[in-house]
Amino acid sequence: MKVKAFIKKYTMVIALVVVFIFFTVLTDGKLILPQNMSNLLLQNAYVLVMACGMLLCILTGGNVDLSVGSTLCLSAALAAKMMDSGYAPIIAILVSMSVSIVIGIWQGWLVGYIHIPPFICTLAGMFLFRGLARVVLDSRTIAVMNPSFLNLFTSYIQIPGLDEKGNCKSAIIVGAVVAVALMIYTFISVAKKKKQGIKGNSAAAAIVKMAIIDVLIVVYAFKLSAYKGIPVMLIWILAVVLIFAFITSSTVFGRYFYAVGGNEKATKLSGIDPRKVYFWAYFLMSVLAGFSGLLVASRIGSVDGNMGNSYEMDAIASCFIGGASAYGGSGTVPGIMIGAILLGVINQGMSIYGLPDQWQYVVKGAVLLVAVVFDVVSNKKTGKS
Amino acid sequence: MSDYILEMKEITKLYPGVKALDNVNLQVERGEIHALVGENGAGKSTLMNVLSGTIPYGEYTGSISYNGKECEFHNIHDSEEVGIVIIHQELALIPELTIAENMFLGNERANKFGKINWGETYVKASEQMQRVGLKESPAVLIKDIGTGKQQLVEIAKALSKDVKLLILDEPTSSLNEEDSKMLLDMLLGFKEEGLTSIIITHKLNEVSYCADRITVVRDGSTIETIDNPDHNIDEDRIIKGMVGRELTDRYPAREHNVSQEVVFEAKNWTVYHPVYTEKCMDKNVNFIVHKGEIVGFSGLQGAGRTELAMSLFGKSYGSNISGQEYIKGKEVKLKNEHDAIQHGLAYVTEDRKTNGLVLPDSIAKNTTMAKMEKVSKNGIIDFLKETRVAQEYVAAMKTKTPSVEQAVGNLSGGNQQKVLLSKWMFAEPDVLILDEPTRGIDVGAKYEIYSIMNQMVAEGKAVVMISSELPELLGMCDRIYVMNEGEIVGEFKAEEATQEKIMSAILSHTDKA
Repeated sequence: MKVKAFIKKYTMVIALVVVFIFFTVLTDGKLILPQNMSNLLLQNAYVLVMACGMLLCILTGGNVDLSVGSTLCLSAALAAKMMDSGYAPIIAILVSMSVSIVIGIWQGWLVGYIHIPPFICTLAGMFLFRGLARVVLDSRTIAVMNPSFLNLFTSYIQIPGLDEKGNCKSAIIVGAVVAVALMIYTFISVAKKKKQGIKGNSAAAAIVKMAIIDVLIVVYAFKLSAYKGIPVMLIWILAVVLIFAFITSSTVFGRYFYAVGGNEKATKLSGIDPRKVYFWAYFLMSVLAGFSGLLVASRIGSVDGNMGNSYEMDAIASCFIGGASAYGGSGTVPGIMIGAILLGVINQGMSIYGLPDQWQYVVKGAVLLVAVVFDVVSNKKTGKS
Repeated sequence: MSDYILEMKEITKLYPGVKALDNVNLQVERGEIHALVGENGAGKSTLMNVLSGTIPYGEYTGSISYNGKECEFHNIHDSEEVGIVIIHQELALIPELTIAENMFLGNERANKFGKINWGETYVKASEQMQRVGLKESPAVLIKDIGTGKQQLVEIAKALSKDVKLLILDEPTSSLNEEDSKMLLDMLLGFKEEGLTSIIITHKLNEVSYCADRITVVRDGSTIETIDNPDHNIDEDRIIKGMVGRELTDRYPAREHNVSQEVVFEAKNWTVYHPVYTEKCMDKNVNFIVHKGEIVGFSGLQGAGRTELAMSLFGKSYGSNISGQEYIKGKEVKLKNEHDAIQHGLAYVTEDRKTNGLVLPDSIAKNTTMAKMEKVSKNGIIDFLKETRVAQEYVAAMKTKTPSVEQAVGNLSGGNQQKVLLSKWMFAEPDVLILDEPTRGIDVGAKYEIYSIMNQMVAEGKAVVMISSELPELLGMCDRIYVMNEGEIVGEFKAEEATQEKIMSAILSHTDKA
């Protein structure tokens, strides 16, 4: 019984471990080379960032934002175009983000206050912003070459004297500090709970869980150090992910997204305005999409009119694979990060192995379907409608 | 020996914690109009759901014999096959389809490839429509005809299925006097042609007018069957059967400490339907609530009580709301639910699953939902505090649950109701409006909820209780308002109120209308 509950709770973590081992063996260990491990997160930066926003949309009732791939492209196109025309990177970034904010207000208002079904509203946005991006680009490909812009997103932390290529001690130091800090935090909160006399998950389980996370952090830190050190983009990703993890798990504001998705009528009668909740979901989603545009533009080094095609699907898939309910009301940021990384591992593993592109789609589709079917079936069993 | 078309014997239906039907016996003679009367929740609809197969064979005990044969209905299709058709109070018509399409929905006039024969559909539809006196074209959309005519379409639909036993659940609840009379006369006409009907209704004058025999259901049991050969039975005779239950100590004792201070007052409160904006749901309602008082609202379903409560609670229902509401003597304009909560109002819905609780969420999350600021600081939730608060309420309410992390969807109805009450008590209201607070929960849990209500008024709060159960109102309230068709038609002090008085206040008003 206990084993069953454990498997149910950590299904996706177990799946991730299995898939990871599978591809490590399949690729003769190439997957765990430092370079590949470092790229695993950077290549999927846009998925990790946008999945956070997509989670909010999905929480409100299984709705998705289809326009984010196009918003991303528009943001990237604006930045590239501005810098290409000689504006400073800071101006380019401000313009891109401002436009994303406007898009967010626009879509949030339409969905929240005008009650346009999100699917249709964002479908329209998908065409609109894709088109506008191409207008901005004038149907050309624009290179992103401004060094300070690139530095802001794609450089690695290199401390002279401490770090050299292939042996960046700073990564290990940071990794170790984070690991120790997390462990101390865990001990403190366990003690606090005990003091208050609140029964809950056992203290031992919390500590073991944190220990495993610590080990992973340290191992990953070693991998990073063996490549080029800590990538700046990783810091950006972590910032977004941590902020959203905090919002969804620990704030009143975050709680509202779950409440609306769980029962909108009851939420409204509890004095919470569902319109605001919808507004914020789509607003934040667009802002994150715009930010992802900057990340992707810097990483690829150029922007064209097809950039970000079907990126929305990656974000949506990550959420559902990561345990967000297709009916809304449940899902966590850590969960969808597992989903995003699982998808990333599968992608990268298949690429390294050399599986043809067409088959990669088949595999991705199958994984998504299995995850959602699992979610629906297991919820049915526990009696949740 | 009578010729029974239907005999239901010893029907018992259990819901978790509630005995909805307890050894019910019902015998219907061929060619009669049989009325089924009883209070809301007495078990009439459950009984009809058993008969129609909505509650399938195997989920109840007892036997159904139809035309002398034992029957096992597994779904509505089985019962319709033999000619039993039920027309529910909530009409099952699709607004965007035509009359003819609705009449043959699921039973389409089509060839073996599924191609619909529209000619035949319209001709057959017209034939049945003529029988019920509908002059519309069968191609008219359902949404374009009135409720009364929609009811006729339902009956025509039943006729098209070659009905032998027609069951009507509150067929006249949304009809005016004239349409009701027409419908009843039509049933009497069908009786002449040999059709048997069972009619469920609250309107006793209609029962007296058309029924040949009347079966009274109370608390899930059949009490008696009264003959009405001359169609002139005294309504008081029926009321006596409906409410004649002994009041033992089903209600916890309480000291009545009603202060003179008025904490809540509504003046000339008028509300219109949110969609059909010309339909008036509450008309010029005036009432007051004192500190430390339990005020009851009695009335039939559709009397406008829920609409009144919800519209007062931050305009959460209705359109074109007018009138004044006063809290502690000061007039307030409540824009939304949040406003209402901040001003010390709480509305505990009658429909806890749809409007009350977030079922997949935990007890803790549901408990704090209406007043998150009490367990948070700068918008950041204090989980330890939230858990502690939830545990306190679970203990105080005697909610049965392994932990406060339990999803409320997994709790029984009574325990869900306790979580819902916890949520609103946590919001610290001065005036707590309870809408059918004991619906669908067992006697023990009811008693506990009554105790909580007593405790609240003892603390100086005021409770407004909307209930369709008269004994409950009489047992709990200091004062009772009686509503009918959106208006207050009576006000009784607890000591002078009786079930008969309340019932006749409702019914006399209904008769007048």
